[in-house]
Amino acid sequence: MHVFADELNREVLISSFLWILKLTGVSALLSVVVGVLLVAARVSPVPVLRGFGTAWVNVFRNTPLTLVIFFCYFGLFVNLGVTLSDDLNLNNYWLGVVGLSAYTATFVCEAIRSGINTVPAGQAEAARAIGLTFTQTLRLVVLPQAARAVIAPLGSILIALTKNSTIVGTIGLIEASNAMKQLINDNGDAVIPIFLVFAGVFVAMLVPTGYAFGWLSRRLAVKR
Amino acid sequence: MSSVLYDHPGPRARRRNAVLTVVFAVVLAALLWVVYDRFDERGQWAADKWEPLVDWRIWKQFLIPGLVGTVQAAAVAMVFALAFGIVFAVGRLSERWWVSAPAGAVVEFFRAVPLLLMIFFVFYGLPWLIQGPVSAFWAVVVGLTLYNGSVLAEAFRAGVLAVPSGQSEAAYALGMRKNQVMQLILVPQAARAMLPVIVSQLVVLLKDTALGYIIAYPELLQRINEVNANFANVVPTALVGAAVFIGINAALTVLAGWLDQRTSRRGLHAATEAAEAATGPRGMGAAGLG
Repeated sequence: MHVFADELNREVLISSFLWILKLTGVSALLSVVVGVLLVAARVSPVPVLRGFGTAWVNVFRNTPLTLVIFFCYFGLFVNLGVTLSDDLNLNNYWLGVVGLSAYTATFVCEAIRSGINTVPAGQAEAARAIGLTFTQTLRLVVLPQAARAVIAPLGSILIALTKNSTIVGTIGLIEASNAMKQLINDNGDAVIPIFLVFAGVFVAMLVPTGYAFGWLSRRLAVKR
Repeated sequence: MSSVLYDHPGPRARRRNAVLTVVFAVVLAALLWVVYDRFDERGQWAADKWEPLVDWRIWKQFLIPGLVGTVQAAAVAMVFALAFGIVFAVGRLSERWWVSAPAGAVVEFFRAVPLLLMIFFVFYGLPWLIQGPVSAFWAVVVGLTLYNGSVLAEAFRAGVLAVPSGQSEAAYALGMRKNQVMQLILVPQAARAMLPVIVSQLVVLLKDTALGYIIAYPELLQRINEVNANFANVVPTALVGAAVFIGINAALTVLAGWLDQRTSRRGLHAATEAAEAATGPRGMGAAGLG
């Protein structure tokens, strides 16, 4: 493990995972916001909005994330001149966040939508029959049940997002995968330890997250 | 329209919906105009940027070979991933802890490590270890196999566990041994129930081959980049490339949905659903997370 005895290499490791965390955190928040708006559009009684939501979901869900990020950099930034920050690294970071969020939001949208679909129609009919208004029906009956069905899928999406954030390395951010490549190229005699450390950090972050979401969703599951 | 959320609209709701339709149509049209205007301002509508994309030679030289590269990597990786998935699913279901524990560890490990990290390890790290080069194709295929194989192993395991217990009980009652029950009763039924999941996983695989671009494997995105290098038309080329991906994946998604309906008619739905739940969020349609 002489590679990580070196102060500089340790710094590369830590800063690369800080980028991963920053990308994941901000994209997770943004994609939940956009995903909720998309699902609102997809289940709305307004056909134009439904069409917009469906189109967004089908376009981004079926496009490789690498191509989305590629387009964010070469299309949005280089060709269309969309600049999000004057600092080069921060600009790449925000372009990555835009790509990750646009892509992940589609999965959040579909997860919430299928969560709503797990609530039997009888629940809403009963709520309306006892005189609850539209917002009361949603707030007191439909959404609490839907939210519980959505926990496990959202957990999988968060895990996938964390792994996907490595793809932002394509546009020059020194995140975990780029940092690993750099260290491997400099230390050919320690390839396996380097891989195991980088992979190990991901395993240590994501395997417990997966079990935690699984436990939570089983604990809160609606018995039917 | 989702019936859980709304009653059938009455006259007032219909009027309100009509007003909202007009308002949002105007908003969306304005948004599209902003995009169009931005393209126009940066000269992205110029004919010389779009012309190469209707030129057969460009398709023959770049885009079709790129698509072939994408499909090749995805197809080879899928075959290996299936084999990997079956071996490790059966391994994890074993009653001997010294088989099931390592199989479980391998599956959990490769599901948690980003695909790009594995591809980089194979492409940049392995050559140091074997003292020879590793081709970009095999780096992509090995990475895709390990990741998707692990996902399929979990799906397969869930599928086997969801085969109704009467099936294995009946087989044991006939005097079959554990291996026979697995080989003759459980695996064939789980495999058929797995078909929709396998097709959905193909969508994930196909999307993930685009990672090959990062290590210069000549797949579609790499070729798009080459067209861009020749004609400086990244926006049109990327849009056309995205359309190709969307077309293929949408077709696969429809196929998965059709297979899903077919298996549910044959009464294998419990196993299919369990396998789908194991590959990721339920009911997300076929396209996976990647």
